[in-house]
Amino acid sequence: MSVTASHTIEDHTHAHEHHHKDTFITKYIFSQDHKMISKQYLITGIFMGIIGVSMSMLFRLQLAWPEESFQIFEILLGKWAPEGVMDPNIYLALVTIHGTIMVFFVLTAGLSGTFSNLLIPLQIGARDMASGFLNMISYWLFFLSTIIMVLSLFVEAGPASAGWTVYPPLSALPQAMPGSGTGMTLWLVSMAIFIASSLLGSLNYIATVLNLRVKGMSMTRLPLTIWAFFITAVIGIVSFPVLLSAALLLVMDRAFGTSFFLSDIYIQGEVLHYQGGSPVLYEHLFWFLGHPEVYIVILPAMGIVSEIMATHARKPIFGYRAMVASILAIAFLSTIVWGHHMFVSGMNPFLGSVFTFTTLLIAIPSAIKAFNWITTLWKGNLQLNPAMLFSIGFVSTFISGGLTGIILGDSTLDINVHDTYFVVAHFHLVMGVSAIYGMFAGVYHWFPKMFGRMMNKNLGYVHFWVTAVCAYGVFLPMHFIGMAGLPRRYYTNTAFPYFDDLADINVLITVFALVGGAVQLVFIYNFFASIFYGKKAVQNPWRANSMEWTTPVKHMHGNWPGEIPEVHRWPYDYSKPGSDEDFIPQTVPLRDGEDINH
Amino acid sequence: MTGFLTLIALALLGIAVWQIVKIYDLSQVNAPENNQIATEKDNHINGFLMMGFLIFLYGLTIFSMLKWGKVLLPLAASKHGEEVDRLMIITFALILFVQGLTQVLLHYFAYKYRGKKGMKALFYADNDKLEFLWTIIPVITLSGLIIYGLWTWTNIMRINEDDDPIIIELYAQQFNWKVRYAGADNTLGDANVRFIEGSNVIGVDISDPNGKDDIVVTQELRLPVGRKVIFKMRSQDVLHSAFMPFFRAQMNVVPGMITQFSFTPIQTTEQARQDLEIIGKVQSINNLREEKNVKLSAEGKELLDPYEFNFLLLCNKICGASHYNMQLNIIVDTPEDFNQWISQQKTISEVLQ
Repeated sequence: MSVTASHTIEDHTHAHEHHHKDTFITKYIFSQDHKMISKQYLITGIFMGIIGVSMSMLFRLQLAWPEESFQIFEILLGKWAPEGVMDPNIYLALVTIHGTIMVFFVLTAGLSGTFSNLLIPLQIGARDMASGFLNMISYWLFFLSTIIMVLSLFVEAGPASAGWTVYPPLSALPQAMPGSGTGMTLWLVSMAIFIASSLLGSLNYIATVLNLRVKGMSMTRLPLTIWAFFITAVIGIVSFPVLLSAALLLVMDRAFGTSFFLSDIYIQGEVLHYQGGSPVLYEHLFWFLGHPEVYIVILPAMGIVSEIMATHARKPIFGYRAMVASILAIAFLSTIVWGHHMFVSGMNPFLGSVFTFTTLLIAIPSAIKAFNWITTLWKGNLQLNPAMLFSIGFVSTFISGGLTGIILGDSTLDINVHDTYFVVAHFHLVMGVSAIYGMFAGVYHWFPKMFGRMMNKNLGYVHFWVTAVCAYGVFLPMHFIGMAGLPRRYYTNTAFPYFDDLADINVLITVFALVGGAVQLVFIYNFFASIFYGKKAVQNPWRANSMEWTTPVKHMHGNWPGEIPEVHRWPYDYSKPGSDEDFIPQTVPLRDGEDINH
Repeated sequence: MTGFLTLIALALLGIAVWQIVKIYDLSQVNAPENNQIATEKDNHINGFLMMGFLIFLYGLTIFSMLKWGKVLLPLAASKHGEEVDRLMIITFALILFVQGLTQVLLHYFAYKYRGKKGMKALFYADNDKLEFLWTIIPVITLSGLIIYGLWTWTNIMRINEDDDPIIIELYAQQFNWKVRYAGADNTLGDANVRFIEGSNVIGVDISDPNGKDDIVVTQELRLPVGRKVIFKMRSQDVLHSAFMPFFRAQMNVVPGMITQFSFTPIQTTEQARQDLEIIGKVQSINNLREEKNVKLSAEGKELLDPYEFNFLLLCNKICGASHYNMQLNIIVDTPEDFNQWISQQKTISEVLQ
């Protein structure tokens, strides 16, 4: 390992000397520098996040006051909300695009893309990614896919509306809903490009982590962030191609008359020619990615939270080996649990039993992680910076949301809450809110590394506390609506008098959602203002151990001037007895007779 | 005029943002000691807020349970429903216990160990016994849940023709449900969407003798109490899902294949309407509707009918624009009433004559 590493260093230093004449275009647009690409991912992710969250505000208004008309609907949705009354099709389009944007563009690319790019080279002591060029291509494919998705909002018949899972035949037949026409085509094109981008990124992350670690950085000395990004990339490579195949087969069915997913269909007065296909096949292919996808979203957040908790608690992460083992266990199990989305899909009930078994097993590594985070706080010296607050918030929502997974993962209990608001509440807490918290924590923590300035902490506190209250205010009462039997993706529940007494819950949820959405503006303002006007950062503001804080504040190609410092210890030597400071960076050699952890 | 006002509003907004940025900028310069890292005071305040948040979380949970406990599904009207509910209650008790415990620890530690000057954290990196403890406890608990769950699941999903079940087809299309009873022979005739023509709306193969006595009903789904029902489900266009929450039953309806679900209703609709919980629920819904009617009549709009309880069949898989209104009432009768009702319905051969 060490031999390879030193070679690479020389190569990079060499390359670095040729790199000085940056034009605006090579520096800010077609940059191959991982730090710039990371910022590009983050800012694109934030813009997509603004679109995705704004959409949720619109449909929350609709759900709370289904009989009212809102001028804002007509202003924003135009012909789809005549007189301010939302059309049912556009309601479905909003929930579909909200889900797609948040899951793929914000929580996959925005979270993993940003922090994998920023931290993998910096924390393992590499001058850049294994391939800067592939990295650049990866970002620009992602950017292209976001543009196509945004364009699909403006087509004549509206964007894809069949739910973010786009199950055929609904998504395959323009006769079934208007969104399944051009809108759906663009959705598929956008996703195909997105998958290509994700694969290029993942390959790069894996190659970099395996090959470019600096001398002394053994796998067992990697920060947990890197472990999380590394395993996330592996899951991505295993599962995303399957979604690509599902998307391509769907394109074939839609455009070329094949029958992979369609059979025996009579719609709008005519029998279609499709015969022999099965929508259940699509469901299998989709969820073979779809379930690992939630771990692609949550593992990076877990890694970020582990790293930030240790740093701000001034205490080693509790159970480093167990944390790594549980990431591996989660990654393995995540690929064999997809069927729990399909207990009532019509697949053989015996398969349901198998998937119940594997699904509930995931609770074990998850429980280990939760208890280890809590123990990390115990007897710490907690520096409650905004990043730390979001990390603690992450553990809270991850537990609250994860526990209801025990109900949904149990096929018997799933019968009655499947596809109700109970599911919506569950996954928003466990992967939506939690992953967003992980992303916020990461932004507050690594902002000084990314932009050389500090974010305003008081705005950060306001942002956290209001968000934390609103997140529970939205999703805790939502469990009750689900347990009452209300299906998700209903444009209004007024068609069922039985659900009339849910109206006040829906109003409360919407109020929390609007406040929670509005307070994100504080973050947006803090983020962009701090880029230009924030307090100048010092080199290691959080007094952290990991390698990225040994690089100069001002970004440079190759990250370190001169030699990359050698690594002598694991990254969690916080408050180690025998040391005056409460942190010992990884690059500090062991003292004589010092106990070594990893 | 509107355009002009919008322009002015935008300009003012721009100035406001510029000023805020300026103030922000100045506040940074004037506070050189403020390096945007949490001070002891920040730790103190946020530590207390953590405890406040814990109270909020508990308060919200308890408030929701008290206020909205009544909206949850009341009685289980099928035989296996009671079994499902028991498992649900056990699981919920466990979840609430773990949730209560872990959230207290998390927030209390965040408060208790908030950073103070001169304090040093405990260097505590590993403890294999603890790790073992919180691996083995979930393993044991989950094993119990898995075994109990799978046992119940197998009982529910084992669909066989013992106990003289009644065979009923549920037929889904955008955006309504149709029901086909198997008639006197209790055997459904073959069907395929390619046979749909005229009054043969669900495509029954009229050359199949089993289908001649089949009965298609569109207004409601009627079931006899106490007799096992096996539903065979078919869709003509997109995915739907037959969700019958009171019977703790759900199965997707998939074009191109026949899916099945089976249960035994144990309450008639009349009995359910006498149930105290249902009476209370209907009462509160009707109070809400009357309140709304006061408003509606003031606006001269059509009034809402009073609500009467019925078991429901809902579509629970997104199926298009009117997905939210794809429903059918389920009426559970005594066997005598059911037999009398079904004898009055026309068979397919009568309809197609």
